[in-house]
Amino acid sequence: MDFNDNQKEADFRVKVREFLDKNAKKRASSKSTSANAAAPETLRGKEAQIKALQDAKIWQAKKAEAGFAGILWPKEFGGLGGTPIEQVIYQQEELNYFVHSGYFEIGIGMLGPTMMVWGKDEDKVKYLPKMLNGEEIWCQLFSEPSAGSDLAGIKMKAEKDGDEWVLNGQKVWTSGAHFADYGMIVARSDPSALKHKGLTYFFLDMKTPGIEVKPIEQISGSSNFNEVFFNDVRIPDSQRLGNEGDGWKVSLTTLMNERLAVGDPAGLDFDEIFEITRDLEVEDGLAINNSEVRQKMADWYVQSRGLKYTKYRSITALSKGQTPGPELSISKLVTASKMQDVSSYALDLMDMGGYVLDEQNAILNNVFQNGLLFSTAMRIAGGTDEVLRNIIAERVLGLPQDTREDKIKPFNELPSGK
Amino acid sequence: MNFDFSDDQKLLQEQARKFLTDKCSRKLVRSVLDNNNNQYSKELWQQVVDMGWTATAIPEEYGGLGLGMLELCVIAEELGRSLAPIPFSSSIYIFAEFLKAYGSDEQKKQYLPKIASGEFIGSFAFPETKGSPRANNLNSKVENNKLSGKKLPVSDGQVADVLIVAANSDNNQNHNSLSLYIVETNQDGVKEKLLDTLDPTRPSSEIEFNDASCSPLGEKGEGWSMIENILNRAAVLFAFEQVGGAQVALDEAKKYSIERYAFGKPIGSFQALKHKMADMYVKNELAKSNAYYGAWALSTDSMELPVAAAGARVSATDAFHYASKENIQIHGGVGFTWEYDCHLFYRRSKLLSLNLGSIRKWKENLISNLEKRNIT
Repeated sequence: MDFNDNQKEADFRVKVREFLDKNAKKRASSKSTSANAAAPETLRGKEAQIKALQDAKIWQAKKAEAGFAGILWPKEFGGLGGTPIEQVIYQQEELNYFVHSGYFEIGIGMLGPTMMVWGKDEDKVKYLPKMLNGEEIWCQLFSEPSAGSDLAGIKMKAEKDGDEWVLNGQKVWTSGAHFADYGMIVARSDPSALKHKGLTYFFLDMKTPGIEVKPIEQISGSSNFNEVFFNDVRIPDSQRLGNEGDGWKVSLTTLMNERLAVGDPAGLDFDEIFEITRDLEVEDGLAINNSEVRQKMADWYVQSRGLKYTKYRSITALSKGQTPGPELSISKLVTASKMQDVSSYALDLMDMGGYVLDEQNAILNNVFQNGLLFSTAMRIAGGTDEVLRNIIAERVLGLPQDTREDKIKPFNELPSGK
Repeated sequence: MNFDFSDDQKLLQEQARKFLTDKCSRKLVRSVLDNNNNQYSKELWQQVVDMGWTATAIPEEYGGLGLGMLELCVIAEELGRSLAPIPFSSSIYIFAEFLKAYGSDEQKKQYLPKIASGEFIGSFAFPETKGSPRANNLNSKVENNKLSGKKLPVSDGQVADVLIVAANSDNNQNHNSLSLYIVETNQDGVKEKLLDTLDPTRPSSEIEFNDASCSPLGEKGEGWSMIENILNRAAVLFAFEQVGGAQVALDEAKKYSIERYAFGKPIGSFQALKHKMADMYVKNELAKSNAYYGAWALSTDSMELPVAAAGARVSATDAFHYASKENIQIHGGVGFTWEYDCHLFYRRSKLLSLNLGSIRKWKENLISNLEKRNIT
C-alpha cells in the first residue's frame, strides 16, 4: 500500500508538469481553487466573460498541440490514445495552475465520444479536431422543463419533412449554450411509441434559425445554465446520430462518458471551517474549543477524507488497468449535503453577522454565504440526491425497480400533469 | 497510486471468508449467545489457531509468522463479517500489540509464543466504573509489586490467562502515576465474575485483584501514552471488523427486502427503503476508505496514525451503527425477534463501538490530533 506513482505514471507526470510550467501560471496552493474562485463562465460582465473565453481557447489550442486535450481520444482524431490514469494525472496537475478547461469538458468528455461511436466518418473528420482544439465549443441539449430526473420524458418535437427534421420545443439547464457553436440534442420523433423508444438524436449548428438562448439567473445571482427555445428549427437528416427511434441508446453513450471526478471537490470543505473555528468566538471562547463544534467537525472530517480515500481506491483500480468499482457513485451525494451543512453551521458560528454577503465584511470572502446558496444547486444538478440514491439502490445494490407504467404504455397515453 | 491490499492479502481474505462461512455459522454464534457457560467457541478458536491467524503479526523470533498488520486487517474484516465468537481482538489486537510495543525481550519470549499458538488468551483490564476511564476514577494500585483493585468490564476476562492491567504505580493517583502490569490470572489473588452484557457472544467480566503478583510492562508512569498508542492501533483493526459487520447487515437487509412482498411487490422496490439502503452503502464505503487509510498508517508506522485511526474508528462506528439499526427496521416485526439474526449485528455493533471508547471520545481524539498536527 502506498500513494506513489509507478514508473510509467511518474514519467508521464513529469511530462505534464513540464508542459504546464512552460505554458501556464502556477497557483500559490491548490487550495486557492475555493468556492469563490468562480469558473470564468460565471463571471459577471460581458467583457470579462468574452476575455475569459478567448483565454480558454488559446489555452485549449496549446493543450491540443501538446496532445493533452484529448488524452483518452484515439490518435486518429488528434488524441493521445492514453489511459484513464494518465487522464487523472493530467487533471490533478492542471488544478494547480491558473487555467480553465471547463468550456470544453462536455464536448471532449461526452459529445466527442458519442460522435465517434455513432457519427459518419466525414463528420468525425470535420468536427472532432476543432472540438478538441477549442475552436468550436459544443453543448448538450437534453433536459427539458418537464424532463429533469425523468430524462427520457422529453417532449421536444422532431418531425420529419422530406430530408429534413423540424424541431419544436424547449430545452433547459443547458450549460454553455450561450457560447456554444454546436449542440447535440435528443428529441421525440414518435409520441405513440414507448417512452424510451420514440426518441431520435441529432447534432446541430447553434446558429440555425429558430434557436433562441436565454440565460437562467440562479439563486446565487450567477448564470451557468440556459433555456434554449426551438421554433421550427430545420436540420438535415444527415445530422441524425443513430437510427430513428434509437435516441435513448445514443443518449446513454453520451451519459456513460461522464468523467471520473478525481480532483478534490471544488468548494468549501472541512479545511475551511476548521480554519474559521480557530478564529471565531462563541459563548465559551474560541469555537474550536467548544465540544459541540468539535463533534461536528469530526463528522465532516471523516466524510471529507472518506471521499478522498474512496477516490484513491478508484484511481488505484485505474492504475492497475482495471475498471473502478461503483464506489465513486457516492461522491456528489456526500459532497453536496456536506457543503450545505458546513455552510449553514459556519454562518451559525458567525451568529448575528452570518448573513452578511459583502465580500469585505464576510469571513473568508463570503465562501460560506455563497456555499449556502450554491449547495442548493449542487444537490440537484447532475442528478438529485433522490435520483442518486435510486441509482445506488438499483444499479449498485441490485434492488428491484418500482413498477413503471411508463415502460408499458405509449408515451402519449401517459399522464403528464403540468 | 497503490491504495489497495496486495494480491496475496486478497487471497488470504478470500480464504478467510470461505473458512469462516464454513466454520463460523450463525448456529455456532448462537451456541455462545444461548449458553451462558460458553464464553467463546473453543472449537472455532482452535481452528483459527490452526490456520495460523493468531500468529499472523507476531514476529518469527517469538513464535509468530512475522507477517504485517495488513494481513491482520483483512482477517479482522472477515471476523467482523462472521460475528466470530472468539477472543481474537483481546488477545491479538490488544494484548499482543502491548507486548510487541513495550515488552522486554524476556516478557516477549515468555508470552508471545503462547499467544501465537493459542495456548494463552490475553486481554486488557482498564476501566473500573461507569464513564470514561480517567485518572480520578482508576483506583487500582500496585504496592510492593502486588496489585489490588477491581476492573470492570474486562473483555474476555473470564477466559483470559494473562492480562495487561492499568494501575497506579505509587501512592499518587494522577496522570503521571498510571502504569501497566502483566498479570497472570491463574493465581489466588485474581477472581473473575462473568457480567451480563449487551452482546453475550463476546462476553466480559468483572475482575478483582487482591495482592496479585504482577510484573511491570514498559516505563513506569507512562500508562496513558502507552494505552493511547495501542488503542490507536487496535482502532484500525476494530474498524475493519465494523466495516465487515456493516457490509453483512446491508447484504441481509437487501436480501430480505427483495424476498419480502407487501402491497403486491417486493418491499425493496419502495423508495423509502431503497434510500435507506443507499445511505447504508454510502456510510459503508466511506468507512471502508477511512479504514484503508488507517491500515496504511498502521502498517507503515506513520506519524499519521492517531488521525488515521480516529478517522477510521469514527467512520466505521457510524457505518455499523446505522447499518445494524436500519437492518432491523427494514425487517419490520421479525427484525426485533430473537429468532432472526438482525439483533446479533445490532448487539455486536454497540459492543464494538464501546469496547475501545465511544464515538464521541474518538471524535474528540480526532480533532485534538488534527490541532496538534496543525501546530507542528
